[in-house]
Amino acid sequence: MVIFGIDLVLLISALMISATPVLLAAIGEAVVEKSGVLNLGVEGMMITGAVIGFIFAVNTQTPIYGFISAAIAGALLSVLFAVLTQYIMSNQVATGLGLTMVGLGLSALIGKPYEGIKSPTLSKIEIPILSDIPILGPMIFSHDAIVYFSVILVATVAFVISKTRIGLVLRAVGENQEAAHALGYKVVRIRFLAIMFGGATAGIGGAYISLARVPQWTEGMTAGAGWIALALVVFASWKPWRVLLGAYLFGGITVLQLNLQAIGVAIPVEILSMSPYLVTIVVLVGISLFGHHTAPGSLARPFHASQ
Amino acid sequence: MAEVLLQLDGISKSFPGVKANDEVSFQINSGEIHALLGENGAGKSTLVKMIYGLMQPDSGSMKLGSENFRPSEPSKARQSGIAMVFQHFSLFDALNVAENIALGMENPPRLQDLSEKIETVSKSYGLPLGPKRLVGQLSAGERQRVEIIRCLLQNPKLLIMDEPTSVLTPNEVKTLFETLLRLKGEGKSILYISHKLEEIRKICDYATILRNGKKVGSCIPRDTSAKQIGEMMVGKSFSSPSRKTRAFGEELLKVSNLSIRTKDFFGTSLSNINFSVRVGEILGIGGVAGNGQDELLSALSGEEKTSPSTIKIFNQPIGKLAPDERRAIGMRAAPEERLGHAAAPAMTLIENTLITSHSEDVINQWGIIKFDNVKEKTKDIVSEFDVRTPTLDNAAASLSGGNLQKFVIGREILQKPRVFVVNQPTWGVDAAAAAFIRQSILNLASNDSAVVVISQDLDELFEICDTFSVLTNGRMSKSHDVRSLSSEDVGLLMGGSDLDRKSHDTA
Repeated sequence: MVIFGIDLVLLISALMISATPVLLAAIGEAVVEKSGVLNLGVEGMMITGAVIGFIFAVNTQTPIYGFISAAIAGALLSVLFAVLTQYIMSNQVATGLGLTMVGLGLSALIGKPYEGIKSPTLSKIEIPILSDIPILGPMIFSHDAIVYFSVILVATVAFVISKTRIGLVLRAVGENQEAAHALGYKVVRIRFLAIMFGGATAGIGGAYISLARVPQWTEGMTAGAGWIALALVVFASWKPWRVLLGAYLFGGITVLQLNLQAIGVAIPVEILSMSPYLVTIVVLVGISLFGHHTAPGSLARPFHASQ
Repeated sequence: MAEVLLQLDGISKSFPGVKANDEVSFQINSGEIHALLGENGAGKSTLVKMIYGLMQPDSGSMKLGSENFRPSEPSKARQSGIAMVFQHFSLFDALNVAENIALGMENPPRLQDLSEKIETVSKSYGLPLGPKRLVGQLSAGERQRVEIIRCLLQNPKLLIMDEPTSVLTPNEVKTLFETLLRLKGEGKSILYISHKLEEIRKICDYATILRNGKKVGSCIPRDTSAKQIGEMMVGKSFSSPSRKTRAFGEELLKVSNLSIRTKDFFGTSLSNINFSVRVGEILGIGGVAGNGQDELLSALSGEEKTSPSTIKIFNQPIGKLAPDERRAIGMRAAPEERLGHAAAPAMTLIENTLITSHSEDVINQWGIIKFDNVKEKTKDIVSEFDVRTPTLDNAAASLSGGNLQKFVIGREILQKPRVFVVNQPTWGVDAAAAAFIRQSILNLASNDSAVVVISQDLDELFEICDTFSVLTNGRMSKSHDVRSLSSEDVGLLMGGSDLDRKSHDTA
């Protein structure tokens, strides 16, 4: 299927790959924010995941070990944030920004010897029967494991948040921390776990950039994906399926504008380059104009169980 | 002889610098409504938090039935048959009724089954409640129903109620009392915390009175006068505000056709509000919070601007003026939320005095703050309004709620405003301080000012106001002379109907 010189199958297939890092980071951050914590360190956790994942994958020549270690690295970095904000009561905004800077610096330092090396990549998993469907098959059912994982993760998060007791408690803690505490829920413990979950998914998201999308290590290679993830969570009104929609929209326009640049459309490159950011924001703002989509009531408010 | 359900023996609990509970002992029998009485800070909340497992006593013991009882967390207390209805802050606005109830239960059934159960139980107790409704959109009475149903679904032996009637309309109070008496008939015990003495005399079988953390007495409320109980609580007698008859002057504040669309999702829009207040008059605006009270205050204070002629002072249109411009012509407001709205929490009392002062008084011609003057003003507020604070440099947030309230009211009243608007002047303030605040509002009015008091406390409004109206659902009733209103009239007004048949409109 080729329209205006752009192959739709390739486009959709490429957009899923392009969107996966942001999607993984954003779905984790959505959980963190649902619990009432604002972690602005997503970019830092992603880049740390990218470099650690790369190092482990290169040394073991097994990409999956890279992803596992990236998840652990992201989660460990987020523990730093969790301890500072939940126990020492430091300011969440400042601590999150600090985390990003720490991540960027640390990754540049430990990634230095690995520049210019190619990483082992993930193999595609063709899903039996489904991948044989014409057009849809190669478009959607012929990807690597992490792409499937990210979609399954969104579905799981959506289900857990809206349909299970754990999800209900998580929302309660984020909505009204004093009330949750009064009912006997462990506000700090729940938030701590949510922050670690967010760290782990950001780490995997980062590793997907260095192990699948690019696949090599360059300093600062996440290039703002963490900030896009943060913005997506807000514009998606903290709803998991909208996070997926926003991430795919962003990924789609990124891929599309690259294609347009390649075929030489008469639109200035600068406008094409900014279009993913613009269109994603416009669409999600449009969606969020309908109905009420208020932020979790206790978002970014420090909690101390005194009295 | 009824059997003992809960026995407290020598319970003590200290916080840094204060002994919240000191050797408190009493017992609650099965099928008894037991009142726990005391001023703010007497230690009632700390005590019930220990029974509910939110805190543990430093020393002393509790017995539930014949077993030792020391819940380490609320879920343990709930498993032992203790349930609690909180005064505020235990509901989640953005969640629906069924989800809110599930959060307060130990082993909630599936939401579907729970919803059906909520409907059956709520109907059988005469407290109808839709399980799918968002809690943020419920009235105060309905919100309390959510908490009560949440407790009832767990079949508790002891139900703790913390100031349950402070936010209810008279009709809702009646329904609540019927429910409580029915629960008592079923053999359940109720620990009822309140400082409304008449209520306690009506429904409680026994009362324990706390003062400064100690148990100072107990009584059978039916056989004791409200005055006697009140003196046990306070430890001294205090005078109620006295009102002089005042002659009203000309119309000072006039609001006409005021309509505002609220920006808060859980707020209430105002529609077509009209009233006027004369020199020397105190207008009381009753009604349950959340019916447009905050919106009305922000329109009057100038936080929310309207078309100029909507609000007039001495016939001068001020609807477009900003808060500081309104203060400059003598109009002042004290909002309900003390921390963060009426006062900046992290700033000192001196700085908080500065932010609402007339600029001529506190800033010289070169724009430098005259801190000596501000300090002098702050000193006056603190001494005249008996604000208890270690120094004037303490942050507003470090004061207790009642003290900060006295500071905020004092700060505005000492500026001798011509028009003073106040929302919930005595919320969370103990009886002696409340009496003082009410007296100073009365004094202000006798000095040729016009005052608007917005309050949920009807007793307060009837004590100090000359005219009375009700704000329900963003609409305001006509104002009536308080002396001409019967309690039945007030019920009608609170229900949103107007008393047209009588038409003794004072405007």
